[in-house]
Order: sequence, then structure tokens, then C-alpha cells
Amino acid sequence: MSTMLTVKVWRGTAGGAFTRYEVPRQASQTVLDVVTHIQRYLEPTLSYRFACRVGMCGSCAMTVNGKACWTCRTHVAKVVKDVAGDVGELEIAPLSNLPVIKDLATDMSAFFDKWARAKGQFKGTATRADDFAKVAPASPERVAANAGIECIGCGVCYASCDVVGWRPDYLGPAALNRAWTLVNDVRDVQQPERLRAVAGDAGCHACHTQGSCTERCPKQLAPTLAIAGLKRKAAKAAVRGEL
Amino acid sequence: MSTAAISQAKRWYWQRVSAMVLALCVFVHLGVLIYAVRGGLSAAGILGRTQGNWAFGAFYAVFVVACAVHVPVGLANIATEWWGLRESVALWLARAFGVLLLVMGLRAVWAVVA
Repeated sequence: MSTMLTVKVWRGTAGGAFTRYEVPRQASQTVLDVVTHIQRYLEPTLSYRFACRVGMCGSCAMTVNGKACWTCRTHVAKVVKDVAGDVGELEIAPLSNLPVIKDLATDMSAFFDKWARAKGQFKGTATRADDFAKVAPASPERVAANAGIECIGCGVCYASCDVVGWRPDYLGPAALNRAWTLVNDVRDVQQPERLRAVAGDAGCHACHTQGSCTERCPKQLAPTLAIAGLKRKAAKAAVRGEL
Repeated sequence: MSTAAISQAKRWYWQRVSAMVLALCVFVHLGVLIYAVRGGLSAAGILGRTQGNWAFGAFYAVFVVACAVHVPVGLANIATEWWGLRESVALWLARAFGVLLLVMGLRAVWAVVA
């Protein structure tokens, strides 16, 4: 293993540029370790975002060598070739499809606003006086909701989606995945409104089924499947005249 | 829901339904193609089989109509997403191309059947 690693890091906002740093190479080093080293020892003004460091919070997502990922769970050895002293470069940039606030930190407001636009909020009718709702764990709806429920909103899918880049209005994979989990929540009472919110070219019908979101999701979720489910539900609603 | 979103959803469904028709048409078309050229390919041979064959004509007319429905939806999406055209402009350009496909396709079918 080489002793030093050449790292290019995005500095500034949209009109910024990459700056080159030399970082000591260490065993089991993550990309987040590299960014942290740069900020602590080489560039104190470097801005980036992280919290848990163990793949639970989803706040450290960045573009590493062209692909969006969690930096805390991405080992340098997996993204940089290090064969017989021929060390590849590490390029770290902010997430795509989101405005850059500074350096590696993006403004995720639009991303989360789209969750709200996709009616990503649960709305039930039960009060605290009511008994617990009984949802059979093996029911098709519960199984479908389970498949997408573990999303932690890191934005990796959103940054990996070409359609988001082409259509700024497009809700994106995460918001549509969230909508799909709620479409399958039998307690929720705003189903027609949600299907209306996610139909059309700003919603599920713009998806090209390229599957980048599903390929890159660090939680191994499949937003592509969720979007296909929304298309099916929207079709059935349209036939019934409910869309 | 806005009327634009309803139209977009409808276009998506028309594109999928026409794709199903096209999938069947392409399958039959390739089968016929492979079968028909076994004894060699000549204009006289083709016209001998197609002229007056109205079942053949009806099949290819359906093929052409499915193309004319399917293609403009995808072209409008490409024009919007890659070339940055406004949706209304992209739709009219794509529809014009769809009409062109329809006229040229039906004319070709008529030419070999009538």
C-alpha cells in the first residue's frame, strides 16, 4: 500500500474547482476519514456534512470518483486502485442535482420539499383512544411497504437520477419511494390525493426505469420498483376515474 | 391534479399500450420476414404475395398506427429532456413527426397491397 494518496476535492460553489491534496494512506481508511483529515490538518475552511460515521444518518453522501455514495461506508481501497505503487486518484465532489452551499455541502431543501409534494406525510383517522391498527405482517401491502420503508433520506438516489437532472420538477426516486410506502399503508386516508400528486411527468410517469437509484442505494432499496408500483396504481385509479 | 399532469399520464399509457401492440407486430413481422425470404428476395415475389392481400394490409396498417402513436410520445420526452424545449413546442414537433410516419407508412402499405 502506498503511503500517500492524491485527493481532488471540490472547493467553492457551482463555479468552484477541484483542489489537490496529499493525504496519508491508512488501512481500512474510509473516504470520510480522508475528508476529515483534510479539514483537520490541511484545509480548516473545508465544509462538509456528517454525523454518525457509521451509515445510520445518511448525511455524509458525496460524489466519489463520479458516483454518489455514503463516504462513511466507502473504503478508499474500494474506489482507488492501489497496485504496485500505481495509486489512482480520489475525486470527491458534492452530490449532483442539488445546489452547492459550499465545498462538499449541498442544499437539500428541494429534495425534502419534494417529499412533501409527493404527499409523503402519513394521515390517519385513529386517535389515542383507539386500539392499535392490526396489519398482518404477511399482507401484500405490508410486504410492499416494508421493502421501501428503511430509506433514511441520504439523497444518493436523487443525485444518481438522470431524470432529476433533465426535469427539475421531477419528484425523484426517494420522494416517490416514500409515497409508495404510504400508498401501501392501509391506515392512511389520503390515497387519491397522493396518487394525483405523484402522477404525470413531474412524478412517476417521467421515470425511464434506468435503475441508477436502485443500483446506488446504500440501503439496497429499489425505488425503481416503487415507481413501477405507483404507475400501476395510477393506471387502476385512472380506469376507475379516480385520478 | 393539473390537466397537464393528467395529459402526461395519459400519454404514458398510450405509449405503453402501443408498445404492447408493437411488440406483437415486430414478432410477427420478423417471423414473416424470415419465412418469406427462404426462397430468395425479389420485388415480383413480394408483390405477388402482398397485392390484394387485405389481411396483410390490415396487419401492417395496425403496425403503422401503433408506430405513429408510440414514437411521438418518446420523441417529445427526448426533446424536452435533452434539448430543453418547452413541452408544448416539443409535443407539436413530435405530433408533426407522428403524422409524417402515419402518412408515409400507410402509403407504403397501400403501395404493396393495392
